[in-house]
Amino acid sequence: MTTTLIDIKKEQQKVKEQIKAQGLRVLVCAGTGCVANGSLKVIERFKELGADVRPMTHQDKVTIVPTGCHGFCEQGVLVVIPDLDITYVKVKLEDVEEIVESHIKNGKPVERLLYVDPKTQEHVFKNEEINFYAKQTRTTLANCGEIDAESLDEALATGAYEALHKVLEQGNPDAVIDEIVKSGLRGRGGGGFPTGMKWKFTAANRGGKSYVVCNGDEGDPGAFMDRSVMEGDPHKLLEGMAIAGYAIGADEAYIYVRAEYPLAIHRLRVAIKQAEERGYLGKNIMGSDFNFEIHIKEGAGAFVCGEETALIASIEGERGMPRPKPPFPANKGLFGRPTLINNVETLANVSTIILKGADWFSSMGTEKSKGTKTFALTGEVNNTGLIEVPMGTTLREIVFDIGGGIRGGKKFKAVQIGGPSGGCLTEEHLDLPMDYDNLIAAGAMVGSGGLVVMNEDTCIVEVARFFMNFTQNESCGKCVPCREGTKNMLKILERIVKGKGEMKDLETLEELATAVKDGSLCGLGKTAPNPVLSTLKYFKDEYIAHIKDKRCPAGVCEAMKVITIDEELCKGCTKCARNCPVGAIEGTVRNPHHIDQSKCIKCGACLNSCPFKAIKQN
Amino acid sequence: MSDKKTLTVNGKVVEFTDEPNLLEVIRKAGFHVPTFCYRPDLTQYGACRMCVVEVEYPNGRKLINSSCTMPPEADIKVKTNTEKTRRIRKTVLELLLANHDRECTTCEKSGKCELQQYAEEYGIKDVSKYVQLKKERYLPIDDSNPSLVRDPNKCILCGACVRACAEFQGHAVLGFANRGSKTVVQPLAGKPLSSVDCVFCGQCQAVCPTGALTIKNEVNPVWDLITNPEKKVLAQIAPSVRVALGEEFGLEPGANTIGLINAALKEIGFDLVFDTNFSADLTIMEEAHEFVERVSKGENLPLFTSCCPAWVRYLETQHPEMLNHLSSCKSPQGMLSSVLRELVPQYFEGFTKENINIVSIMPCTAKKVEAKRAQLRKDNKFDTDIVLTTQELAKMIKSAGIDFSTLEPVEGDSPFAQYTGAGTIFGASGGVAEAAVRTAYEFVTGEPLSDLDIKAMRGVDKNHRCKDVEIDIKGTIVKVRVVSTLKEAEKSLQEIKNGTADFHMLEVMACPGGCINGGGQPRSCDDSKIKEKRAQGLYKEDAELKFRRSNDNPDIKKLYKEYLENPGSHKAHELLHTTYQDKFKGSYKDLVKK
Repeated sequence: MTTTLIDIKKEQQKVKEQIKAQGLRVLVCAGTGCVANGSLKVIERFKELGADVRPMTHQDKVTIVPTGCHGFCEQGVLVVIPDLDITYVKVKLEDVEEIVESHIKNGKPVERLLYVDPKTQEHVFKNEEINFYAKQTRTTLANCGEIDAESLDEALATGAYEALHKVLEQGNPDAVIDEIVKSGLRGRGGGGFPTGMKWKFTAANRGGKSYVVCNGDEGDPGAFMDRSVMEGDPHKLLEGMAIAGYAIGADEAYIYVRAEYPLAIHRLRVAIKQAEERGYLGKNIMGSDFNFEIHIKEGAGAFVCGEETALIASIEGERGMPRPKPPFPANKGLFGRPTLINNVETLANVSTIILKGADWFSSMGTEKSKGTKTFALTGEVNNTGLIEVPMGTTLREIVFDIGGGIRGGKKFKAVQIGGPSGGCLTEEHLDLPMDYDNLIAAGAMVGSGGLVVMNEDTCIVEVARFFMNFTQNESCGKCVPCREGTKNMLKILERIVKGKGEMKDLETLEELATAVKDGSLCGLGKTAPNPVLSTLKYFKDEYIAHIKDKRCPAGVCEAMKVITIDEELCKGCTKCARNCPVGAIEGTVRNPHHIDQSKCIKCGACLNSCPFKAIKQN
Repeated sequence: MSDKKTLTVNGKVVEFTDEPNLLEVIRKAGFHVPTFCYRPDLTQYGACRMCVVEVEYPNGRKLINSSCTMPPEADIKVKTNTEKTRRIRKTVLELLLANHDRECTTCEKSGKCELQQYAEEYGIKDVSKYVQLKKERYLPIDDSNPSLVRDPNKCILCGACVRACAEFQGHAVLGFANRGSKTVVQPLAGKPLSSVDCVFCGQCQAVCPTGALTIKNEVNPVWDLITNPEKKVLAQIAPSVRVALGEEFGLEPGANTIGLINAALKEIGFDLVFDTNFSADLTIMEEAHEFVERVSKGENLPLFTSCCPAWVRYLETQHPEMLNHLSSCKSPQGMLSSVLRELVPQYFEGFTKENINIVSIMPCTAKKVEAKRAQLRKDNKFDTDIVLTTQELAKMIKSAGIDFSTLEPVEGDSPFAQYTGAGTIFGASGGVAEAAVRTAYEFVTGEPLSDLDIKAMRGVDKNHRCKDVEIDIKGTIVKVRVVSTLKEAEKSLQEIKNGTADFHMLEVMACPGGCINGGGQPRSCDDSKIKEKRAQGLYKEDAELKFRRSNDNPDIKKLYKEYLENPGSHKAHELLHTTYQDKFKGSYKDLVKK
């Protein structure tokens, strides 16, 4: 059969020439973040103004390419012109004309739209000098931001479907699995289970109907790694799924994407249609006898549906509740059939491993965690966005090099890694090489890769309360420890941040946390206490300050704020009393004023209004 | 080489074969692990986390998991009472109790409640450190129907009722709503049970570990009748009550206690005590006649049996277009009540149509609803006044201070006392069909059937609840299908609809295994063998009885001779047959569309 396979190199040559004919490519980010910042209008404007322009590079024309996410969302709208080796940030509609006139036509960069390095405070002209990108290793995200995500041709030009072609040509599904095993790839969705083993277990049931399911139910607050892949390079995911299907003997697949990702869903639909039309998916793929059909299932946004058995239940049309394992999906999964479930990032690694080889992949990373990992870097760092680094990169490199350090020169306090299931890492972990096992040992987890940086102004108890509130809301309600335990943990944390905690609450909290961790049915419950356990471990004194001293060391917890007027300094100007929205300040002209604490809502309006700095907040 | 597989539970080596999960092997080894959500006849669910155990694999890997969801594996070491497992159970119990309406003393399930039992065993004394959620959110109690009471404030969300409804009845009247700590079990759109298509089989209640689902207790109204000197109170006792009631008094499941029940009822103060087995015989006379007539005319076949009120309600609400298949015979409860109302005043002095009250003792919660059918009402009076379940009778006997097991057995009252083995086996799935065939054979051929044991119709197989039996009636092959559970019945209805059905008679009992496992029977949901034992009790009595064909029953003969004339006669129709009503409210799909 393989003799009739199409010549993929020839196809690639064809599309590469087409792209060359585009002339000067102006890449404008059309990921969700930049779209929200108005990139669609910027793209339109570029198209209008750039239509008849002859660029200074002496290329024939200018082509505007709407791309997937570049990762540097905070600086959006991002405009990258690779041939001019320049990146413009925070581009507005009105800036387009200047870029076209000044730079594209006349070769003079628009300095004011360049990225400013937070350390040197200088404009950065060259792409590779932008600290955010300089330390990254982008393999999964290699094409995100580089190509038009809605064009199969552009994907083909970067080598899409070449790996699938390779495995079809070789005709040995077991060899594909061996390659993945050898690469050391582990699940990027949270658990870190060896991917090749999962494939092997599922492939052991070859013969009947099997499914491949892609978990795109990215639910961690602030995480958008998978979304970016689906939006920016959908063919890489589809190809990975097809290779997985070929390896385990499945001819049908589902991508489970949350309905909150409309752009990802749209781009996947476009990509599937294009690939099917051109024979890269569907029946007799690339002339082989391999068939592979991919469906999209929109999830309703329940966090628990990221748990594989709940996800399966949801695709089947059942309530999204986890099912006990065993049986594992590899033996009895979707519609009772053997099912391979991998998350988006895991599957997006597959084609590159096949093309470049397991050895290339395992040359990156640490002993037991190979390859690269994407993280969604957010919080109090200068550069927030989507990053990809080799496993084993230290927290310091991420926060201080890629992230450009803590915003506003504040002090680093901690990071919450792995979302609501993860844990807290502190200063002592800054030089810890981050991989699956090190993070577990430190009481956190890679999770899907959410990375929230916190500075000295963050109240750690409030952070624990925030995540507990999240998991409590997202508990499916099936098993007792998770349903009732997280509810009670939340109630205790709420008491503590309101200044009503007692020391014995900490005991109960720990007691509950271990019972929920040990006793819950699924991963959601088993990991839900992590934020509490890790903050209790590293910041117990902060809990105690809330309970014993009724004081929030970071000054965040509203209930513990006390605003007072220093009678020595108060001149009785009455400005504060007039600014107070609830009439909590009493006093007569030229006499010291006084705040009625029972009325005060701690809004801070008086603080800013006092000309004599007589009002203080503890 | 021995292919015996063993594992170790708390240091004790135990052999295992095809046990579906580790919990069963642990029980086999003689250890008790508590559970709320595991029920052997339902799918494994793994939600309550009470049955967690520590498992050590031969390679040294250790884990904690729910034993009800783990397959037994050779050479593993299981520990049921480690510090961790006990702590998890204790926390689970504390959390459940904190979120529970703890008014135990007035709870219907008190003394039988598994939550109460484990809380006591684990020494839970104080749960005040947890949020008392019931104080924040007290949910209304649903007692909208004559049969079941649903108290969501006592629900621990083990999901057993949801699974029982879906897996036994295929009906999903109950389901989960909301998420996380706001999760509740409720009927569609939070409506009361009376407003949805619940058939009141009571299987949800039978698997409920707490007081969230209970039988509506009518013991006190019966006491009121008994203690009222103006009233005459008659009792009738259904076939399967006799082989289950003893369990409440320490007797073996399947032990036939009919003599003791008669004695207890007399002691309590019932004036006359009759046996529903008698009217089961009467049902056979009428139904066999109806069946023979339908076969000869080729009309309305297959004939559906009509003894099970849950099944009747299912047809009325889900498939009214098939009501013509249903036998027009009243159920044995209905038949006996109308016969007693009509004839007791003629046979017994001091009994008038006005002063008699009929209490039926049934294994069934749906009978309470059946008794309130408009069709079973005459002269503004329901034929049956009150239906007590086996469970309620046990409570009544206990409250009367009667030492049940030491009573001297007593016979029922004449002239409706005698019954045959055919009447007795009505209580087990397949029994009605077997009894009907015994008599129908004779109706058609004029000769008695030689081998009365139609064993192919007996027994319950967990996976294949459907039994197809062919009877050769002198050259004519009659095909009888026996199913229990409505989920199985629905499959047969679909066969009829799409024209592939190949049977003449369909016997349906809604409870798995028939009335012996009815929703009103003593609780037995963690013992799937109990069904067999109770059924054996009935078949044992059948084998021992002098008469085993309904048409041989001398009291039945007497009744036809003195009053009813012939099966299917005008008088018989007036007294023993009924009509049905289309109660279709729209399919679930239509409701969803709206």
